[in-house]
Amino acid sequence: MAISKEINGVEEACKDVKDGMTFMLGGFGLCGIPENCIEELVRLGVKDVTCISNNAGVDNFGLGKLLKKSQIRKMISSYVGENEEFERQMLSGELEVDLIPQGSLAERCRAGGAGIPAFYTPAGYGTEVAEGKEVREFNGKPHVLESALTADFAFVKAWKGDASGNLIYKATSRNFNPMMAMAGKITVAEVEELVPLGSLDPNEIHTPGIFVQRIFQGKAYEKRIEQRTVSQNK
Amino acid sequence: MLDKNGIARRIAQEVQNGQYVNLGIGIPTLVANHIPEGLDVEFQSENGILGMGPFPIEGTEDADLINAGKQTITALPGAVFFDSATSFAMIRGQHVQLTVLGAMEVSANGDIANWKIPGKMVKGMGGAMDLVASAENIVVAMMHTNRAGESKLLSTCSLPLTGVGCVKRVVTNLAVMDIKDGAFHLVERAPGVTVEEIVNATDGALILPDLVPEMSL
Repeated sequence: MAISKEINGVEEACKDVKDGMTFMLGGFGLCGIPENCIEELVRLGVKDVTCISNNAGVDNFGLGKLLKKSQIRKMISSYVGENEEFERQMLSGELEVDLIPQGSLAERCRAGGAGIPAFYTPAGYGTEVAEGKEVREFNGKPHVLESALTADFAFVKAWKGDASGNLIYKATSRNFNPMMAMAGKITVAEVEELVPLGSLDPNEIHTPGIFVQRIFQGKAYEKRIEQRTVSQNK
Repeated sequence: MLDKNGIARRIAQEVQNGQYVNLGIGIPTLVANHIPEGLDVEFQSENGILGMGPFPIEGTEDADLINAGKQTITALPGAVFFDSATSFAMIRGQHVQLTVLGAMEVSANGDIANWKIPGKMVKGMGGAMDLVASAENIVVAMMHTNRAGESKLLSTCSLPLTGVGCVKRVVTNLAVMDIKDGAFHLVERAPGVTVEEIVNATDGALILPDLVPEMSL
């Protein structure tokens, strides 16, 4: 019999989050973000948290909602350009920010979930990102030692999932979700559609359920578009 | 002198048949509009798509289908989606053959700065540091001077670096420049632009060939 990860909803998913914890949140911009869990973290008012997320949402949506209520003490991200409140808090020193190259962020999460404590990458060599980090040459090229990332909770968003925690993502909403699912001590998956066991094709699952501890079907997805761009002709 | 679309049109000539290409945000995104018919090229966007197509017809936008600039896009037949770690494996592993990105400053030894103005603007590097550290073929698309009229082609970058010694070619509104042996080498000038104008707008060491052809666009 399969191990069930199914829970009642977002309240149960987030019931034991605490101040000062480290969270990972999937998504690229507003694409593939765990909307329900973010709302719940805002409602709970959990504070002094560290958020690991590629971006920081926009001023009134996504992680921007946590920022607005000053719930975040530290952000670990690669690009935060769409959020004025973020920039204000960072430049004023209220918010601690660790900006790291996007590929290093993805690989640090993957490494955290895969039991690899650190790895060398060429990204950031010769820049302030490499300051204080070990540099070593491989094949005549300098590389920077980057360490793995893990989190108390990883909040990820998928298109479809089953009670075993198996997940399938849609299009580019996959982004950071699979690596963060691997790196959470407790990984919460919110899905648009929770399907019966056996209805997902095992050949097509992106995240195996072993990485997921809690799963529920989310509600009322807004799925906002940041830059709506269209073609005029066919 | 070229406008942004002109720069993109010139850079499109750098794209070769059979290449996987990553286009950055801004002018580089426009390059896709100028690829000649019949060229087999696939565009990679680092948020997780290979085989990126044009913007969608109005009414068919999908919030789950965007590029790294967070713009709605389409997927062409043969396209594939993947996670961010796989995406940067393609980039770091040099499976992507051409990278086009914008810059605030480029130096004569190939350094690039495009992610931070201390105390003023801190947007972050996104995927730029991974891209410039690994790509074999990096073309920078930018205006030759900033809004204050100062050269963006310098002897050394003044802003925090994105990568060191990595840029091979720069295409601006005035010229095509190659970077080698610690100097800019003028390759082509934009239509209607004189060599003198390029010399005046370039701060870093500049090598001039005997003959500077005008770009053919």
